[in-house]
Amino acid sequence: MKSKQSIPYMVPYVLWIVLFVILPLLLMLIQSLQDIHQQWTLANYANFFRSGTYLKMTFNSIFYAFLVTVITLSISYPMAYGLSRVKNSQFWLLLVILPTWVNLLLKAYAFIGLLSQTGTVNQFLGFIGIGPQQLLFTDTSFILVASYIELPFMILPIFNSLVEVNPSLPNAARDLGATPWQTLRRVIFPLTLGGVRAGVQAVFIPTLSLFMLTRLIGGNRVITLGTAIEEHFLITQNWGMGSTIGIILVVAMGITMYVTRDRKKRGKR
Amino acid sequence: MKKQSLLMKFYLIVVFLLMYLPIFYLILFAFNRGDYMTSFTGFSLRHFATMFADTRLMGILLNTFIIALLSSLVATLVGTFGALGIYLLKRRNLQNVFLGLNNILMVSPDVIIGASFLILFTMAGLALGFGSVLIAHIAFSIPIVVLLVLPKLNEMDSALIRAAQDLGARPYQVLSYVILPYIWTGIMAGFFMTITYSLDDFAVTFFVTGNGFTTLSVEIYARARQGIDLSINALSALMFLVSLVLVIIYYFIANHKQKGSGKHKRATVNQQLGGGVQ
Repeated sequence: MKSKQSIPYMVPYVLWIVLFVILPLLLMLIQSLQDIHQQWTLANYANFFRSGTYLKMTFNSIFYAFLVTVITLSISYPMAYGLSRVKNSQFWLLLVILPTWVNLLLKAYAFIGLLSQTGTVNQFLGFIGIGPQQLLFTDTSFILVASYIELPFMILPIFNSLVEVNPSLPNAARDLGATPWQTLRRVIFPLTLGGVRAGVQAVFIPTLSLFMLTRLIGGNRVITLGTAIEEHFLITQNWGMGSTIGIILVVAMGITMYVTRDRKKRGKR
Repeated sequence: MKKQSLLMKFYLIVVFLLMYLPIFYLILFAFNRGDYMTSFTGFSLRHFATMFADTRLMGILLNTFIIALLSSLVATLVGTFGALGIYLLKRRNLQNVFLGLNNILMVSPDVIIGASFLILFTMAGLALGFGSVLIAHIAFSIPIVVLLVLPKLNEMDSALIRAAQDLGARPYQVLSYVILPYIWTGIMAGFFMTITYSLDDFAVTFFVTGNGFTTLSVEIYARARQGIDLSINALSALMFLVSLVLVIIYYFIANHKQKGSGKHKRATVNQQLGGGVQ
């Protein structure tokens, strides 16, 4: 089949790209550059960068996302490493994936029960004599639950990159007298950096934009970029400012992808 | 060496326990006789009875499944032909442009998709409700299908197509007798994957749902903000079963050839981006 024949197939798909990929983002950009009377202005951006609250919120959001990324990475790497080494690793991997199929809201809801004032965790803390504590609606609870939710998305790409490591390379390192730790640090880890980068992308960007967790678990104490967008769009109805924060989030996403991009040239094909 | 692997096994077990404890905790309390998620006072199925008697909740459940099925069906159709189109484009850089555009919705945070769709629907004068939610779900499902079907097309030997043409097959015959059977597993994987995305989605739906129409995730959010209600636990037990069935179906399809790809779009996009354009 020649190239020409691909055109009719493409019509609905190209229409989709124009209407639902390009147009919405364009509209958001336009919205961010207008005030409520549809006059062109940079006021929203000026407002964002001049007011301390927006900048502080952005910084906080990035900081929390960074913490969640570090926590999930430090739990996931050993986990993925262990998983790549056990028998039936595909089955165990399935067990890692299964929780991601459970509705996000239900997981958040479970933690409301676990962490509440009279919840199971507090009963346990009371039992060992240091409770009850205020657990729900704190920064810590937000970080804990966000890490819990994001964990599988960090494990998966790292696992995939670990499985792809040519086993003769660690074997060679061992033959040359490297200790297991040296093999891991000097040979395996550098070879799986691609997986780590993919995991960081998969966790950092969504954590910046989580918004229902900040309400259900963070009790509005933690404001992420996502929360701010939701608030401006659905509560205060200030779409211009909401779009501005949206564009900032898109830029933050672009920067993250750029920083974590794959630097080595692909020798594939 | 032996000791180290024992330690490793212990670590794996601990992390798995942490991952599953909240889910089992949720399901366990669905069977509680009491009304709170704090102490288990005895076994009872009454929360399931309450859930099934809650006609509003059952209606929402039905809506959610209708949206999931319809949106996956349309998205699978459009996505499959989109993937075919991209595959048939002979210019590599044009392919990459399309793939790049395709991936925008995959990597965009849900809030951005939701907010920008809200602007779009409002500007187009579309009433928020069933229609807007359906369109939004179709829109975010299409790139998933493309990413699952395209690798199947790429691994197909193009000599098959040429052979069919040499033997006198018309384009639609090539499509229905050669290409579609070959990529069928990819299409089905895409279909089931998009169903689960649609069932799971909260953020995008939340933005475009308006007042009258609700899906399951949005309803759980509203109820969770009011506090604990154990019929939600019963619902989660039910949904866990549904997910389990979908996981099994999906893996039967996908494990034909591909191994262990992630369910979530982030995981999928990672793999696809990691693989690059073949």
